[in-house]
Amino acid sequence: MKILVVDDFSTMRRIIKNLLRDLGFTNTDEADDGNTALPMLQSGKYDFLITDWNMPGMTGIDLLRAVRADGALKTLPVLMVTAEAKRDQIVAAAQAGVNGYVVKPFTAAVLKEKIEKIFERIDS
Amino acid sequence: MADSKNKNGTDSGPDFEVALRDQAASLKDLVDAGKFSDALQVISALNETRDKSLFQEVGRLTRSLHEAIRNFQIDTVGAESPHKDEFSKMGDASDRLTYVVDMTNKAANKTMDLVEESMPIASEIKEEAEILKGDWARLRRREMEPDEFRELYKRMDVFLDKMTIQSDKVYRNLSDILMAQDFQDLTGQVIQKVTSLVKEVEENLVKLVRMAGKVDQITGTEHKFEQKETDMSKGEGPQMNAEVREDVVSGQDDVDDLLSSLGF
Repeated sequence: MKILVVDDFSTMRRIIKNLLRDLGFTNTDEADDGNTALPMLQSGKYDFLITDWNMPGMTGIDLLRAVRADGALKTLPVLMVTAEAKRDQIVAAAQAGVNGYVVKPFTAAVLKEKIEKIFERIDS
Repeated sequence: MADSKNKNGTDSGPDFEVALRDQAASLKDLVDAGKFSDALQVISALNETRDKSLFQEVGRLTRSLHEAIRNFQIDTVGAESPHKDEFSKMGDASDRLTYVVDMTNKAANKTMDLVEESMPIASEIKEEAEILKGDWARLRRREMEPDEFRELYKRMDVFLDKMTIQSDKVYRNLSDILMAQDFQDLTGQVIQKVTSLVKEVEENLVKLVRMAGKVDQITGTEHKFEQKETDMSKGEGPQMNAEVREDVVSGQDDVDDLLSSLGF
């Protein structure tokens, strides 16, 4: 399982990577915005994308839309982990095809639950 | 241009109105009396009165504007000035906020370094203790050969030695994690300073807006304000007062409810 973690703050990437390692996912890469992440996704054979929303350059929602518009990536599971808390934004993310949405600040348990839920749905 | 006509610099409002009223009355009298050439002169005098009061008001506003800008303490001396920093409270504020970002970043990384160092120690202790616990149980059930027991005896010794060193290490790391939180005090003070500057700037901006409104009033200018549409996809960062707002979720449960209502 290869996972790409996208957030503009290195501390948040580190927290998420640590939590993923606790869940048994050790094969993780990092990117600091959508512009860096998209080429990595296109060439890197990732199984899962975790992305923030608010980032300089390409935002998370635009990255999600770009992923869904890309023939090779459109089925990639995407979990949004973000401080964006407007109902309209969550609806927009859902419409753009997000697989899960976690608002910051979050707990390890919530992240675990959402990731497991996404994989359950994919496996079934 | 304003300087030549704006000599006394007093508030021109009431004077202007008096002059306007007088001149308007004499204009009516002259027109009624058929003295059109005199009337035309009064009209040009009226124009002059209007210009003069306008110039006076603009002069007054310019001075207030200077005052307001000085109160901002932004750098009005120029970028190449050697005293730039002394003049620039705004530059100072952004430096201070950068300091907050640096400090919090450093503290977060230091804390994570120490946590990442401690976690494997804790798991190692746990793993070794579990193995020893299994062997110890076998010993208690008298299922152990003398050779095996001698070996367990030595392992127990090693484990206890290691445990002393490692728990000491974890304790020191926890203590360092505690100390890494000292940024909160410093960043808190810095943020309070910047907050008071922002308040000050806001008050001065409100004054400026009032002045601009007055200029518009005198000159009869009207502005069309376009409703600026906010681009939701840009992201807004954390929301304040989420508990009392309808348009914002107040936690993960709200998000889950919203998504399940959308069929997730």
